[in-house]
Amino acid sequence: MTADTALSLPVGPIEALPSTDPQYAVWALLESVTDPEIPVVSLREMGILRAVREGAHGLEVVITPTYSGCPAMGQMEDDVVNALAGAGIAARVITQLAPAWSSDWISPEARNKLRAYGIAPPQSTACAHASASVVQFAARRPSDAAVIVPCPQCASGNTTEISHFGSTACKALYRCLDCREPFDYFKPY
Amino acid sequence: MAVNTDYLLHLADNALILGQRNAEWCGHAPILEEDLAISNISLDLIGQARMLYQHVAVLRKDGRSSEDLLAYFRDVPDFRNYTLLELPHSTALAPTASGERDYAVTVARNYLYSALMVLVWETLQNCKDAQLAAIAAKSLKEAHYHLRYSRDWVVRFGDGTEESHQRIAAAMAFLMPYTQEFWDHSSMEKNAAAEGVGVEPASLRANWEAEVAATLMLATLPAVSSQGFVSQGKHGVHSEHLGYVLAEMQSLARAHPEAVW
Repeated sequence: MTADTALSLPVGPIEALPSTDPQYAVWALLESVTDPEIPVVSLREMGILRAVREGAHGLEVVITPTYSGCPAMGQMEDDVVNALAGAGIAARVITQLAPAWSSDWISPEARNKLRAYGIAPPQSTACAHASASVVQFAARRPSDAAVIVPCPQCASGNTTEISHFGSTACKALYRCLDCREPFDYFKPY
Repeated sequence: MAVNTDYLLHLADNALILGQRNAEWCGHAPILEEDLAISNISLDLIGQARMLYQHVAVLRKDGRSSEDLLAYFRDVPDFRNYTLLELPHSTALAPTASGERDYAVTVARNYLYSALMVLVWETLQNCKDAQLAAIAAKSLKEAHYHLRYSRDWVVRFGDGTEESHQRIAAAMAFLMPYTQEFWDHSSMEKNAAAEGVGVEPASLRANWEAEVAATLMLATLPAVSSQGFVSQGKHGVHSEHLGYVLAEMQSLARAHPEAVW
């Protein structure tokens, strides 16, 4: 597989690989590598793990950063190398910027896991752009908001944004006006 | 292709210096949510600066450049950031630069810069330098969030209480003259634009002014004149404030060169 075709896939191609493929074992091992800040989803499900390939100097694992300043990237590199080293496989991690990571790449199963974990999964980026120019204050009633973010606890759409920026670069802080619980919203990116 | 690292350094220095200034609020912001927000913006900006410095180091191929050397071992005249980004957060209403930090100044500065950078990154994501285009595509997504955040606060301050209105109006009047530097001619930008690896901000001016005018109106703020002294930070001629920013930012790396942790 060339790097170009691998990078055009929305998520890693483990489902498409026959289990006899030499890279199948690598993808399978990497299934255990989770996002350091969201331990319920794997790097593949997050769309961070882009490709596994034979490079000039051996096996290469290609990952792409989420946010430019995401402090978890170094941890992810170490986790990938360690997961493979544990099975006796030496690999280099290549960080590739293009195409830029998008929250649209988060797989459907990962979205369900995020919700179960208490994080509202991201709306599509197309929706988000439509509301990007709307001045949206926390004090506003939810009916004025252009995008409704359902509460991951009680599924109510009666929620409001507390802050654009939450506990990590990729999240915003919301509050449910029905069950009164605050929650993280994974921002469209 | 001729390598124009001056322009890349200008972009990187802008992001690093504003990132460093914003980080001064970490642990000190008016409320917890703003502490998280401004620290997150800081993190994005420093991340952008790192990608740009790493790109410069790769392009130079001189073995003497690295992101750390570029960030920590250059001095004031080597930095090419806009003067706007190095100014202290002290209130525009205070008589001296050692006055208390004023969030209105922080918000106004982030707004004026983000409004420009959304336009700059939009253009650069299609430039001929594939790595710069990739950095621009990522940074654009972040700049949209920074613009939305700072615009919301400009409007809320302007349309808020008498005091918040007075503070944001003073901050805008104080900072607006520094935006003239965006449009000031520079061969560094002109050459990069001519090679297809940069943009002359003057070509973005009408769109920037329309965005700012619309926001000021929404914020019930008066139109602000940008007339006055044209600062020269992007040419390497800085205010007295940058030296203090660098002293704080660089002291650890200079006291313990090549330290790792």
